Amino acid sequence: MKENPVFNYLRRESLPLKFCPGCGHGIILGAVARAIDELKLDMDKMVFVSGIGCAGWISSPNLNADTLHTTHGRAIPAATGVKTARPDLNVVVISGDGDLATIGGNHLIHAARRNIPMTVICANNSIYGMTGGQTSGTTPKGIKTVTDPQGNIYDGFDLAPLVKAAGAAYVARYTTFHVRELIRAVKTALKGNGFSFIEAVSQCPTHYGKSVGQQAAEMLTFFKEKSVTIKRAKEMSPDELAGKITIGEF
Amino acid sequence: MKSKREAPALKEGRYLLSGNEACAEGAITAGCRFFAGYPITPASEVMTQIVNRFPEVGGKFIQMEDEIGSMAALIGASWGGIKSMTATSGPGFSLMQENIGLAIITETPCVVVNVQRSGPSTGQATKVAQGDIIQSRWGTHGEHQSVVIAPYSVQSAFDLAVEAFNLSEMFRTPVIFLMDEAVSHTRETLVIRGGYQVYDRINNGETPPFGGKLVPDMPRFGEGKKLLITGSTHDSKGERKTSDSRAQNDLVKRLNDKIEKNREMLERYEEYRTEDADHIFVSFGISARSAREAVDRLRADGIKAGLITVISVWPFPDGIIADFSKRVKRIFVPELNLGQMRTQVERISRCDVIGINKVNSEPLYPSEIIEEFRRHK
Repeated sequence: MKENPVFNYLRRESLPLKFCPGCGHGIILGAVARAIDELKLDMDKMVFVSGIGCAGWISSPNLNADTLHTTHGRAIPAATGVKTARPDLNVVVISGDGDLATIGGNHLIHAARRNIPMTVICANNSIYGMTGGQTSGTTPKGIKTVTDPQGNIYDGFDLAPLVKAAGAAYVARYTTFHVRELIRAVKTALKGNGFSFIEAVSQCPTHYGKSVGQQAAEMLTFFKEKSVTIKRAKEMSPDELAGKITIGEF
Repeated sequence: MKSKREAPALKEGRYLLSGNEACAEGAITAGCRFFAGYPITPASEVMTQIVNRFPEVGGKFIQMEDEIGSMAALIGASWGGIKSMTATSGPGFSLMQENIGLAIITETPCVVVNVQRSGPSTGQATKVAQGDIIQSRWGTHGEHQSVVIAPYSVQSAFDLAVEAFNLSEMFRTPVIFLMDEAVSHTRETLVIRGGYQVYDRINNGETPPFGGKLVPDMPRFGEGKKLLITGSTHDSKGERKTSDSRAQNDLVKRLNDKIEKNREMLERYEEYRTEDADHIFVSFGISARSAREAVDRLRADGIKAGLITVISVWPFPDGIIADFSKRVKRIFVPELNLGQMRTQVERISRCDVIGINKVNSEPLYPSEIIEEFRRHK
């Protein structure tokens, strides 16, 4: 039987993955590995940088390339240092919404502004998973978390348009249900000549799922049913778009 | 790979530079080719000197969005194989602390210039102080060692900047270059004679990246080594060990030992008229300049005074000061804080230790040092 080509890009000794059952982050890891495989990129010339939190474990230690696992929120400036010093390397940041969009939000918009060639993939599960289910900068209004037991009173960031407005050359958003589209977006990003940002909406059944009363499969079904393409979203009113996930290339 | 080589120095000659500019030139001579920084008084001229000179030597400069990002960028660039530096002052130095810890645990060579100004907080941004002695040792959390070098003149800002990079490369650790506003803005003659020795990190691949000897060989990105670099506790290969008590113990002990067991090489100081001294001043930075003048004036009055200028603020030069404390009457510690270095001298001294302190954002004048000396003598 032919082995799944994804394994060529994984550090086998780090398997099995450390994620909770049903976590979406393994799907994102698979999508990145498949995109690299389809492009036949040289893993010796790739550097994967991550921050702290569950998504900081997607690339490090699992991808079989140079990896740099940094402090909380600081993956992007560390990657900026790598890329500025070594333009010959293909630099990819994979981290979470707490890391990239909350504690590290300033680095995210400034990296987009500079448009330095690198790929940033935000595994956005809209909650702090590792620390036990607290509200993040992308938690939607009304969602109950351990720090907002009455429901989040603030709006979460709409990340993809935010990064687009900050100047990123390429921005896409898909969910862990839309794996083919996600792979295609990662390929576009990896081939890009500017700052590429992919918001990969992911499920955290352990914390977010518990809050909304959904298990992993139900969360994926939710992603499928609530997603609308950018084209369709343009014809919808703000009321119709409430609670929807706009997907596509921004 | 040869680890020592001749430096491409500034052309031999005499230059009129500030301490900040000399520090930047020393870094360039040492092979620094990456700088990430954020503007701050009184350190900005280090960055602008780098910006003006880097095109001539092929260096890469980036102005970051804050000091947290600057420090993170240094770590990324250094693993790219490029010698890296940033420069800041108190508020920025505070912001860098978390990633200084990351540089320590990932054993990433880099140089962090901290030009001390009055604090706490914004304090008096344009004025001198020496209040970051303890922060430069214990600013980042957790058990760790710190290597901190303090220049006291424009010439030493250049010479010691080369040395700071050498120590950083030799021991694979961040080195704090602890200036103060007065040293950084003083403009005086810098003499370049050439012949500076430059040390580069060893990349022979004879050890795993995080073990095998006290200072392991350091590979870099893009060599196919599949590096695992992490701020989490890790084993010699870089594999994360998040709850292995032995891995934690082994890593913390080795990071400690690589500095502690090399104190002989790391403890740096300069002696001035100490041979027959009855009274010793122990000082550093701009305060050591005033203390030197005080020594000359006291000697002119027939008082046998001497000076130890501390260069390696950390590891503190315990040995020499402990020795002197056995044979001098008193040790005086002039400094622009309320006793941060004095407590270190007291820790190792057998004789009385007297602080000469000033915290009004002005330097200590030689006359003030002499006055305090005479009050206690």
